[in-house]
Amino acid sequence: MSEFQDKQDGYLNMELLRFTTAGSVDDGKSTLIGRLLYDSKAIFEDQMEAIERASINKGEEHVNLALLTDGLRAEREQGITIDVAYRYFATPKRKFIIADTPGHVQYTRNMVTGASTANAAIILVDARNGVVEQTIRHSFIASLLQIPHVIICINKMDLVDYKEEVYEKIRKDYNAVSDKLNVKDVRFVPISALKGDNVVDRSERMPWYDGTTLLYLLEHLHIKNDRNFNDKRFPVQYVVRPQKAEWHDYRGYAGRVAGGVFKPGDDVTILPAGLSSKVKTIDMMGAENMASAFPPQSVTITLEDDIDISRGDMIVAIDDLPSVGQDITFKFCWLSEKELMPNAKYTLRHTTKEVKCVIKSVDYKIDINTLEKITGDKSVRLNEIGKMTIRTTQPLIFDSYEKNKITGCVILVDDATNNTICAGMIV
Amino acid sequence: MEKHNINHLRELEAESIYIMREVAAQFERPALLFSGGKDSIVMFHLARKAFWPAKVPFPLLHIDTGHNFEETLKFRDDLAKEHGVQCLVRFVQDSIDQGKAAEETGINASRNMLQTVTLLDAIEELKLDVALGGGRRDEEKARAKERFFSHRDEFGQWDPKNQRPELWNIFNGKKKMGEHFRVFPLSNWTEMDVWQYIYMEDIDIPNLYFTHKREVFNRDGVWLAKADFMQLKDTEKLEIKDVRCRTIGDITCTGLTLSMANSLEDIIREVAATRTTERGGRADDKRSEAAMEDRKKEGYF
Repeated sequence: MSEFQDKQDGYLNMELLRFTTAGSVDDGKSTLIGRLLYDSKAIFEDQMEAIERASINKGEEHVNLALLTDGLRAEREQGITIDVAYRYFATPKRKFIIADTPGHVQYTRNMVTGASTANAAIILVDARNGVVEQTIRHSFIASLLQIPHVIICINKMDLVDYKEEVYEKIRKDYNAVSDKLNVKDVRFVPISALKGDNVVDRSERMPWYDGTTLLYLLEHLHIKNDRNFNDKRFPVQYVVRPQKAEWHDYRGYAGRVAGGVFKPGDDVTILPAGLSSKVKTIDMMGAENMASAFPPQSVTITLEDDIDISRGDMIVAIDDLPSVGQDITFKFCWLSEKELMPNAKYTLRHTTKEVKCVIKSVDYKIDINTLEKITGDKSVRLNEIGKMTIRTTQPLIFDSYEKNKITGCVILVDDATNNTICAGMIV
Repeated sequence: MEKHNINHLRELEAESIYIMREVAAQFERPALLFSGGKDSIVMFHLARKAFWPAKVPFPLLHIDTGHNFEETLKFRDDLAKEHGVQCLVRFVQDSIDQGKAAEETGINASRNMLQTVTLLDAIEELKLDVALGGGRRDEEKARAKERFFSHRDEFGQWDPKNQRPELWNIFNGKKKMGEHFRVFPLSNWTEMDVWQYIYMEDIDIPNLYFTHKREVFNRDGVWLAKADFMQLKDTEKLEIKDVRCRTIGDITCTGLTLSMANSLEDIIREVAATRTTERGGRADDKRSEAAMEDRKKEGYF
């Protein structure tokens, strides 16, 4: 029984790590994911049988691990991945969520989507081809979305005879690229996804490599500091008012802590009204009167004073205020086939607030293959990245994306189609 | 130094609660799809947490195939009564009687597909603009690409190639008249997460999930429960076995697991050691490789 208790305790104390994978069509990304799932025993027999059947039907010699991640019919037929797919596996240390995004040029938006919630990015480089335009593009997106950790997997080492020189050259070439980008924590792992070298098990064919396997790295990346525990931010999501006698005067503000650590007794300001109060209680069913609340917890906060607060307002520390304003500049990625319409109004969503906005200027765009700025071109099309300035009908309560991702990100919605057409990271 | 970290279950819980609150804030008439299975029970538990101490601000909706394990219905009614929540039930039989759905015939006949018709009718009748479902991305390949906020056109259909990008924790629930959303707060949960969460939170579940003796028969390697409306082939014979449900769905296509597990600890241990997926026992997914994708496009859960 004690053995079970230990294992159980281990399971219940797992951390969650989200990572995204990017690579070109033939970099072996699906094979790598298949390998991670297979070697960590997250693939079940019936799934394995299904892909064995499918591999035989397609006349392939080996079981094609890539078929595991190709979910939709069109993808299986065309042999490409066309959308973000989410995969799950766990080791006794961590539970992993993989956002598997396709690497073709036209799918920048999917990569941006997958990257938006990731703690880490795995970028695949084909050992035979080295650092190519796609590698730069993927790294640029990782830096744009400020993914805290980037892992460069140099894949297909088996096809270059596991040579150290190849690995070292790619490392050097990549460092020259990353110096120009804002990527903080870069790691390199030489692997063969097909043969399993250094993915889950250490390779004996690369004795010169003294680093860890990919899985070990994923299990041990330090992710606690990826969140902002300094600046108190609580966007009010929903007002809880129980119509029950026993809770007659209860007025709670439900939301997910976006930054900082809230405690009962904290002096807070409610924006945009600018009124002050104190945190009275922090509640959660089953854990009333919590001692504190921090990201990413969802809780309900009550205040000492009776103030009119609604969805879209923000509770913040009295001595550490975010910016409040209507002129917002952000880096963007355009997500829609419908081009930017210069004088049109869009709906903007930011935290729990929704307002209208107009685009004031497209400040520049970036050629993501050369990383050069393009100025003077005001058109914005699908997958284009750059910087723009907008004006909103009501003030936003925001931080820079660098300071706080949650209070620093926006999306634009096209009112004609209701589609999400633009992602923005406030400068 | 204070430690500000929470385990994976609390993080998943926080995410799901956030989604539930977004639904309550962004939509006019939500309902929570409730089957009496463990995922929908967890969903209801999360909904209670999301709005506590207020009541859950939307009703439950059960699409009843009529082919149930009896225990499930009793559990559903008890739960609704205990928590004072409205539970709406719509019947596949009514859709059949109205000629909107045709009963499948033959040995593998199931009403699982027919639920789509009843569900879409219920959404229209009740003027729902969103239905919360317990679907998880780890269940099946097509589900792996589903969004948290999944847009459905006026025919209730899903267009997998034209899904809205979903970034950070901003969810876009805007829609035109007649359209609706399916929202899946458990998207990022796995089967193991659900069991661990039930264990951690001490959530009550139907006894069907624990070992019991039952009359069963084996069809294509899957153990199915005896039921009046199930036809047996000549080669199939009824036997009494120690079984438990790994999922609870329509009785005609819910495979039973031979198991002696009679506690949550046992179940977690069993799930950890199991080598087939939950849906491996679901005859409805075995029909073709794209079975789930096709059903979802039509408006299935």
